[in-house]
This record gives sequence, C-alpha cells and structure tokens, in this order.
Amino acid sequence: MSEDEHKVEYSTVSIPKPLVNKIKERMKGTGFSSVSSYVTYVLRQVLSSIEQEERSKEAFTKEEEEKVKQRLRDLGYID
Amino acid sequence: MIQPHGGSLINKELPKFEKDRILDEVDEFEKIQVKISTVKVIKNIAFGVFSPLEGFMNRNDYKYVLEHMYLENNVAWPIPIVLDITQDKANSFRINDKILLTDPKEIPIALMDVDDIYEYNKKEFAEKVYGTLDRNHPGVDSVFKMKDKLLGGEIFLINEPRSVYPELDLKPIETRVLFKQKKWDRVVAFQTRNPPHLGHEYIQKAGLTYVDGLFINPVIGKKKIGDFLDEIIIKAYQALIDEYYPKDRVVLSTFETEMMYAGPKEAIFHAIARKNFGCDHIIIGRDHAGVGDYYGPYDAHKIFDQFPDLGIEPIKFRSFSKCSKCNAVVNDKICPHPPEMQNFFAGTEIRKALQSGKPPDPEVMRPEVAKVILNYKNPFVT
Repeated sequence: MSEDEHKVEYSTVSIPKPLVNKIKERMKGTGFSSVSSYVTYVLRQVLSSIEQEERSKEAFTKEEEEKVKQRLRDLGYID
Repeated sequence: MIQPHGGSLINKELPKFEKDRILDEVDEFEKIQVKISTVKVIKNIAFGVFSPLEGFMNRNDYKYVLEHMYLENNVAWPIPIVLDITQDKANSFRINDKILLTDPKEIPIALMDVDDIYEYNKKEFAEKVYGTLDRNHPGVDSVFKMKDKLLGGEIFLINEPRSVYPELDLKPIETRVLFKQKKWDRVVAFQTRNPPHLGHEYIQKAGLTYVDGLFINPVIGKKKIGDFLDEIIIKAYQALIDEYYPKDRVVLSTFETEMMYAGPKEAIFHAIARKNFGCDHIIIGRDHAGVGDYYGPYDAHKIFDQFPDLGIEPIKFRSFSKCSKCNAVVNDKICPHPPEMQNFFAGTEIRKALQSGKPPDPEVMRPEVAKVILNYKNPFVT
C-alpha cells in the first residue's frame, strides 16, 4: 500500500455561511486552527452525550448475569 | 452504568464445541508463538477489556491511531495494539489464513484470521506514541526490539490463559455485574503500580466521596527494574482495605497488562480499559504512567481535553502532601501553607526507609502496609 493510501479520508459537509461565521467567532481564543477541527470536536462531544444517555442498556444478558453471579460468590465478592 | 467503549462489550471466547474442534485439528494450523505480554493482550481483547478491539490492528487502524489517537471508525484509542512477526513468518502467511497463536510453552491460546500483513516504521511508532526516540525509555526500547512486520486480524480465544492471581482476576462482564449487584451506578477507578501510601489513600477516598464505589485496579505484569513486585502491591492493598476502607464501597481486582510508560497516552488507554470494567471516573494523578522526565507532570491531565467523547471522566489530582500546619493530607489547591510545612510522600524517601528495613513514618505509610513490604527481603523487580 502506498503512503497516500494511509492518509485519513475526509468528507465535506455543507454548513450555512452565517453559522460558519458564528463558529469562527466562537472559536476565537480556543486554540482550534480551523472550522473543521472545531466542528469535529463539537460533533464528537454531541455523539458522546447521546451515547451517555443510553447508559441504562446492560452490557450483558440475564442468563450471563446469573452465571457471573455464581463465580462472584465463589470468589467471595458477593454473598 | 456507563456503556463499554465503542458501545458494546466484546467477547471473543469461542463456544466449547468450537474450541474442541480447533484443538482436535491443532496440527493443521500454522502457528505463531507469542510472548507472555502478548498472551495478556489476547486475553484482554477476548474478554472486552480492550473493547471495541476484536483483534490486532490492521494498517488502517494502526495509522489512524498513530496520527489521530482514534480508530478508523472514529472511536478514541491512543496506542496501537499490534502483533509483530518476523519477515520469514510474514512470507509464510496469506490474507484470510487462519493461524494459531500459542503461548511460550506452545499451548494454543487463540485462533487468528489474518486480515493484513504490513510494514511499519519503528521510529515513527516510537516517536508518535512516546514522544521520544531515546532508547533509555522502556517503551521506546520495546518498540525497537519488535519484529519487522505486523499482522492484523480478529482473534478467537480457545484457551483462557491462567491468571497469576485467579481470585482477583475479574473480567469486565464480572465487574459490571458486581457493580450492579452492589447498586453502584457511578464508580471511580484507581490505577496503580505501587503499594499505597497515605497520599494514595487520600485521593482514593476523596474520589470515592463523590461516587458510589471505588475500583482499585493494580497493573499486574512485566514492569521495569526497581518497581515493586506485584505480590507486594496486592497484599499491601488487601492490608489497607482490611483496616481502613468501608468494605461495601471498595473492590480490588487486577489488570493484567504490561506497563508501557507512555505517560499521557497511556492515561487515556488506562481510562478506556476502566470504562470497559464499568467505571465512569478515573483518578489521574501527577505524572500518570510516566517514567524519568519524558513527560510534564500534568501532561496526563491535559490530554483528556482532546477527547470530548471518551465517556469516562478524569478526576485530576495535583501533588498531595501531609501539611504539618493543617495536620491533614492536602493538595496545593486546598492548602495555603509553604513547602517547608509539607511532607510530599517522596517515593525515594519511602524506598530508602524500606530498604534499610525500617517502616516509613506512619504519617506517610500505614504500619500495616509497611509490615507487608518489610516481610520481603527484596520487594523490588530485579
């Protein structure tokens, strides 16, 4: 694979000009070098909060939970 | 409870009938013998400690991680997790091959689907992960000792590697069920590679004050010469918890992995692993996972600002000390008194006392902890 193929790919997203101007204002003094890097940061933050709202979803099934509880009892972690 | 990193907890352990089938056909597979630290990586991938990784990184993830500290699918990940192989081995494999990864005693550990075989630049790896090319840095030295090619692909566990401390070896699914059972929704993790002194106790208890539970998770595995032995760290914590911690608020469990001493990037890596264990906070102290003076004392604090989507929150502690005027353990944010009134829990002083066979000042280290350490003729990795 050539070096060029290693490069990270980007997509262009259209944002209304007035919003871009607002973002530029907001960016001042933040250390972000471009509207793209600022928008990437903000989008990551937004997506992360949506994921946080899904916290109630368990990472295991009822069946798995019962099996694990037995091992935790055997190890003395729970009564 | 916090979601695993990337959204789901990875489980790459094969069902028993498939394990048995593969074990019956062991001789039909090409094999790669891996070192113990790689066996631990395989185990951590298989049981979701490294979620969302499902195997060793292919070149795209490797490159994205080096350049952006994100995987190709835009999930934060700071350090490449790769499998190095010799040029000869690389020549004998093809994409889509299924190969067997064995431990140093040739016990089959996992099956791997070869997805990518690629070259990499060791200097670039070392420079981007560790910020230096100095071979005195143990992480850099490890990179330069790696074999010349990398193999990427999904792994499937067929034999669970034995833990050194099975009674303390909890998988993410187990800690998550345990936290649920204890009705802990918010859990703070404490990463350590040292026996505790009173400063550690102070930051752990300060962290615990704001959440439901404390997860003390010492790193067990290869460390550098002069670090404390794993056994001592565990016994010291058990002694401390027995005497000074509310039992229903603390869980002690091991994290079997190799220290990389990558400072700030390793702080992010440690945070991700603890998120997978079910923790939504992690204590990050001064010079977290650092070595020598390669990183600034608070670089590991600052790096978290680059990850708005990490999920797990750092609780950042600056230096802490015992102030003779306050007569309490304090940090520089809450205590107005000058340095001459502070006892800074200096590691070198504690070591000096222990090496001379004497317990350190009880205002620095609990006598019960000192007793555990002094029971060993040599408490350090040699």
